[in-house]
Amino acid sequence: MPGTVRPLAALSLLAACALALTGCGSSGGSADSASTAASGAALAGQTITVYSGQHEQTVKALTEDFTKRTGIKVELRSGDEAELANQILQEGDASPADVFYAENPPALTVLGDKGLLAKVAPDTLKSVPAADSSGKGDWVGISARTSAFLAATGKGADTAPPASVLDLAKPEWKGRLGIAPSETDFAPVVTQVLKAKGEDATKQWLKGLKDNAKVYDSNETLSAAINSGEVEGGVIDHYYFYRMRDEKGAAGTHATLHYFPKGDPGSLVDVSGAAVLQHGKHQAAAQAFLGYLASAPAQTVIADSASYEYPLVTGVQGKPELPALDTIGTVADPAQLGDGKQALGLLQDAGLLQ
Amino acid sequence: MTTPTRTTPTRTIPVGGPRWRWRAAGLLAPVAVAVVAVVASPLGFVIAQAAQAGWEQTRRLLGRPLIATLLWHTLSLAAAVTLATAVLGFGAAYLVERTTLPGRRAWTVALALPLAVPEFVRGYSWVSLFRSVHGYWGAVLVMTCSLYPLVFLPVAAALRHGDAAAEEVSRSLGRGRLATLWRVTLPLTRPALAGGVLLVSLYLLGEYGAFAMLRYTTFATAVFTQYKLGFDAASASLLTLVLVALALLLVTLEAWAGRQARVTRHGALARPAPPVRLGGWTVPALLALAALVGVSLGVPLYALAYWLIKGSSTTLPSASVLGATLATLGYALGAALVATLAAVPVALYGWRRGTRPARAVERIAYLTRALPGIAVALSVVFFAVRWARPLYQQPPMLVLGYVLLFFPLALTAVRAALAQVPPGVEEAARSLGTRPLAVLGRITLPLVLPGLGAAVAMVGLTASTELTATLLLRPTGTQTLATQFWVYTSGLAYGAAAPYAALMVALSVPSVLLLTRRTMGPALDRPGENQ
Repeated sequence: MPGTVRPLAALSLLAACALALTGCGSSGGSADSASTAASGAALAGQTITVYSGQHEQTVKALTEDFTKRTGIKVELRSGDEAELANQILQEGDASPADVFYAENPPALTVLGDKGLLAKVAPDTLKSVPAADSSGKGDWVGISARTSAFLAATGKGADTAPPASVLDLAKPEWKGRLGIAPSETDFAPVVTQVLKAKGEDATKQWLKGLKDNAKVYDSNETLSAAINSGEVEGGVIDHYYFYRMRDEKGAAGTHATLHYFPKGDPGSLVDVSGAAVLQHGKHQAAAQAFLGYLASAPAQTVIADSASYEYPLVTGVQGKPELPALDTIGTVADPAQLGDGKQALGLLQDAGLLQ
Repeated sequence: MTTPTRTTPTRTIPVGGPRWRWRAAGLLAPVAVAVVAVVASPLGFVIAQAAQAGWEQTRRLLGRPLIATLLWHTLSLAAAVTLATAVLGFGAAYLVERTTLPGRRAWTVALALPLAVPEFVRGYSWVSLFRSVHGYWGAVLVMTCSLYPLVFLPVAAALRHGDAAAEEVSRSLGRGRLATLWRVTLPLTRPALAGGVLLVSLYLLGEYGAFAMLRYTTFATAVFTQYKLGFDAASASLLTLVLVALALLLVTLEAWAGRQARVTRHGALARPAPPVRLGGWTVPALLALAALVGVSLGVPLYALAYWLIKGSSTTLPSASVLGATLATLGYALGAALVATLAAVPVALYGWRRGTRPARAVERIAYLTRALPGIAVALSVVFFAVRWARPLYQQPPMLVLGYVLLFFPLALTAVRAALAQVPPGVEEAARSLGTRPLAVLGRITLPLVLPGLGAAVAMVGLTASTELTATLLLRPTGTQTLATQFWVYTSGLAYGAAAPYAALMVALSVPSVLLLTRRTMGPALDRPGENQ
């Protein structure tokens, strides 16, 4: 069965049920409450399995709230987004997953290209700006983070941040810079540079980074290295700074976050997204979960959580200490990010990855 | 035990030989081959995935100049760490088991404990405390500290159960201590030493997490990049095949070293050796061991204590700690028992029937150890969703994943134990009319039981800290201590993560005690021992 048919069929079935119930409702309930009751009755008690590469504490809060609202239970399987994507690729049509909730677009794009994702319900897609979701409609954007420059402070003069991410390849940064090229968050920055400057310039830029930077295995260790003064700065996602500040306390934090100017390739806004698996057994309930994630209550949970991500639904405010999303940059186009293979190849050619 | 141990027939007397050999082999071979077929299934997965890459992709991937660098990195690191762990592991075992070192039982526990520190805890603690620890020498240091127990434990077991007679004869013939150590003691422990060293070197081939943190690139880190950023199982499997080739080379080398050292004890009741008097060397020996334990155990424990006290996210461990602890214990113990039971027929088959095919079967079982954890875990996913779907993401699959990953640990421990059972004993029993199975149950198994305990403890310890396969194979909703630790550290909440890591270490204390007391045999009464 083609991917588009089943969830849509399930949804129309739901709608038909609701209409039927409303039509012959004799107890005098309003149409609205009857409709809610019908979808609740159809889906409540079902259990969906969610594979999540996102911050576990936040996703737990989301699934608990979702279960309270709908009666749909959630089995949460948290892991590294790339490992989960590889797991789904191996599972194929036998995957027990109903929903895949990823940190970055490429993990979703890979699964979509293999035909493993169903189309997201149109109403869900409408809740967030079109640019934040897959152009093919097979996943919906849920939250966002921005890339930024974390600079060491203390030890005398504070490090002046670069005006552009491209400047980090200049000789003046030699030995002062750290990067974490194996993070799935870094490849999108490379893709942005590629889009803005072309392949040759990107190769030159990466060569410069290779000469200048110490290479770290993760954004966590990179942030710690900057905080301890081992290197003077590096590109990370904004939330690593806030999470580190929460853990170390203000007195233990020796770094500040600088955003690249709007329009710079370093200023990209990267979305996380969720998709319904094509072969999942609970299409309607899975669609309901995506609908919930893109709703104001869920977005508020995300905005208030300790994961420091930006909500995408208009009207829901992020944490007060975060600058407004539209002052920072534009959302990276998921189609441009692709499956990440081009960025991987360039990173490998530059010797930043094996 | 009522075994006819006083007579010690030499191996040249064919007492009931051929027939008993044939019948036992008839029982063993199919079981051993079946076990190895399961254990080697990840190799099949890797080959099948690699076959999907075209010729062009293969040439592009393996033709990169980087491949030579990775090969050099991998091999030079394996050589250095293997040598270092062999020297440290043997030296520590000798001091603890054969000398008048004070507090040898406590030392045995302390020396085995680094096995209980999860590698991601170790990697992070070194990197966070000592910024200069990275690259080649950083990797040599950290890996040596974490892997020497793999040599220390089997060698200590072999020394404890070895007979003193040969050494006494050597000494009585006027050979000095060092000459006896070199010419008699070392060869006696060579099967255990070779097995431990093989485990270390195979482990180094497949290790990813620690090298990623130490900023050292090997084939295994390259494999991981292909999975993580390329989502490309075909390319990753191609690179993994290079690791398999290297592992084959190592296993062949070990087999060659093992063939030089088929040493068995000729009396089933060993007499303990009188300990070597350290005298003025006592203090230097104590200092050396203290330095080893301090570096390998002290650094991660210090880092844990720091985060427990300083981390803002530190809270009293929540209710989930109990569940995670029980789950960790259950899975680790289950895997340890299954792996050990499965290792017995393979070890018996490989060791007792020293035929070429029997040895080959045994060696194949080791190759999986060189595969990166993610490849092994994905292979279980691959096979389970096709042929065992009802069991997929159920507890048996996680146990199976652990068994595949850690079977070689069990095999080494069982093999080292078997190596010390004189074949003459079995043959004598057989000649007295005991049936083959009864010989196995009443003579061979009781003699290798201490080794089986060591196998259970080693697999249990290692499995209780495993992360990659656990994340992929656990039943949905199940948390182990390792996965909880990971959840918090990936959110930068080191304070909240620390109790889970501390529990992992604390939990393993009983198994290390078991490993050193119960399973290595009762403490032998030894003249001049001061404890």
